[in-house]
Amino acid sequence: MATAKTFRVLPGFGLTLGYTLVYLSLIVLIPLAAVFIKATSLSFADFWQTVTDPQVVSSYRVTFLTSLAAAAINVIFGLLLAWSLVRYEFWGKRVVDALIDLPFALPTAVAGITLSALYAKNGWIGSLLAPLGIKVAFTPLGILVALTFIGLPFVVRTIQPVLQELSLEFEEAATTLGANRWQASRYVVLPALLPAIITGFTLAFARAVGEYGSVVFIAGNIPMVSEITPLLIITRLEQFDVAGATAIAVVMLVVSFILLLVINVLQHWASSQGSRLKEGKAA
Amino acid sequence: MNFKINDFHSGKKTLALAFLLGVTSLTGFAHAADIQLRNVSYDPTRELYAEYNPLFNKYWQGKTGDNVTVEQSHGGSGKQARALLDGLDGDVATLALGYDIDSLASKGDLLPKNWQSLLPHNSTPYTSTIVFLVRKGNPKGIKDWPDLAKADVEVVTPNPKTSGGARWNYLAAWGYALKQPGGNEAKAKAFVKNIFANVKVLDTGARGSTTTFTQREVGDVLITWENEAFLALKEFGADHYEIITPSLSILAEPPVAVVEKYAKQHGTEAVAKAYLEYLYTPEAQDIIGKHFFRPRDEKALAKYKDQFPNLQLFTLQEVFGSWEKAQNTHFADKGTFDQIKQLP
Repeated sequence: MATAKTFRVLPGFGLTLGYTLVYLSLIVLIPLAAVFIKATSLSFADFWQTVTDPQVVSSYRVTFLTSLAAAAINVIFGLLLAWSLVRYEFWGKRVVDALIDLPFALPTAVAGITLSALYAKNGWIGSLLAPLGIKVAFTPLGILVALTFIGLPFVVRTIQPVLQELSLEFEEAATTLGANRWQASRYVVLPALLPAIITGFTLAFARAVGEYGSVVFIAGNIPMVSEITPLLIITRLEQFDVAGATAIAVVMLVVSFILLLVINVLQHWASSQGSRLKEGKAA
Repeated sequence: MNFKINDFHSGKKTLALAFLLGVTSLTGFAHAADIQLRNVSYDPTRELYAEYNPLFNKYWQGKTGDNVTVEQSHGGSGKQARALLDGLDGDVATLALGYDIDSLASKGDLLPKNWQSLLPHNSTPYTSTIVFLVRKGNPKGIKDWPDLAKADVEVVTPNPKTSGGARWNYLAAWGYALKQPGGNEAKAKAFVKNIFANVKVLDTGARGSTTTFTQREVGDVLITWENEAFLALKEFGADHYEIITPSLSILAEPPVAVVEKYAKQHGTEAVAKAYLEYLYTPEAQDIIGKHFFRPRDEKALAKYKDQFPNLQLFTLQEVFGSWEKAQNTHFADKGTFDQIKQLP
């Protein structure tokens, strides 16, 4: 295996790598670099003051916590959805399958306005929750609802194909070997699905961190309570403070990058666990 | 021939002209030009300009034979100024406050610094003020500014950082507190802080706040433009809401200006200027009153005097000096608005 040159059926490594680098640079790296360069127009003291302003720090907390919570909710309910769609036949299955992609297609502003109309205290859902003392629209809970809505397809669509590949025979084999239902799910199904679950979680989380359009309509946007970081960036831009806006953007980028990196490492670990299982080396 | 070829620089207009030439030479009809104007405006003027534009077109057609189509762009005032600076090529800017048009001059050289002296009445053909909209029967008994600072009152206003209207709201409350017996800056700050502690939803623009208050039924009182409050009454019925006029408020002057740089590029300077000047004529002033803006013209004002209650008005210049000063003290980073929102 460890030869310097591996024989490949199709040529073109140089071409494809070159294309990959150029394309990535144009689409991703250059815009990101521009953000960093613009932020350096601030002195370090100014930069630090901007990104550690109490209002800004509070918005990081709101943004990252609600995004994590929304991604976690989506993992649980997305997994259930994917499971029903793959393992069972039922009437209207194709419609349900198509519905899942709707949050992808719907303009985020429309989603935000619809959700805030539904969850306001005079809305269909909000009016049912209001007597219980639960307020959703115009609270951080509203942000969670919007982020859960937009993140759902990411989880379902990453788990679904893996689950389709996962043949029923694995579970049957586990059962014939004496595993009970819990053991079969915990030691056979879950390890195989874990990489896809983590990918789905990551995508839903990353999407939620950057979400602006749907959230501003339902959040209430109260500083220190329900104000998300993307809104603060927009606010600064509208005050012609481009450097301040990019400074906050840089912090978001760095934090997101670190979180994604950690999740990637986790995923690597999870898939190595999964392949160990497939090769029959599991303890 | 009424049009001059040189007036049409942009490619799109040249194309349109070529097409028009083709059509008119085929049909042999009138030689009128089709002129496009773009009016970049703020949220609550939608209905006003929707009615004003055809009126101006009629006037301009009568005068020159040319047909003017006005394309409207509406949004939060600050956002619209930002868009103009970023290259949205509006021929005229009709925004919520002088500061936003000032920024077009200072940050982008889009128009001369003395723009406000180019048209009558500080370039503001209509004025308005800040009033309260409450639910029918006024269940919380709101009469004046101090009622907004009471603990059990929920207030809706847009964010002064992004909304021009909200800056007028904020300054109106501040000015009210200053003008009370024994009023000073510290007291005004505490007063405004109490009002904003009651704010449950901060939308980015005036129209967003109106929606939140009316359709989402959030809050006991909406602080808003007088014209926006009347519009809400008209849209949703006077049996749902009432307007409360405080004893003292600010004279809001939403100014207009030709964005000279873009108008020059389009060759529309003359028609853009006429478009704004025509706002001062009796016909236009009547439409202005009809859409609940306070007309400058005495006759139009007299005609609509029943809909505008008398109240004491102070000007921004009188209390805050200038927009630039007001902006730096109150709405810039670390200004009083940031301070009152961050204090526990």
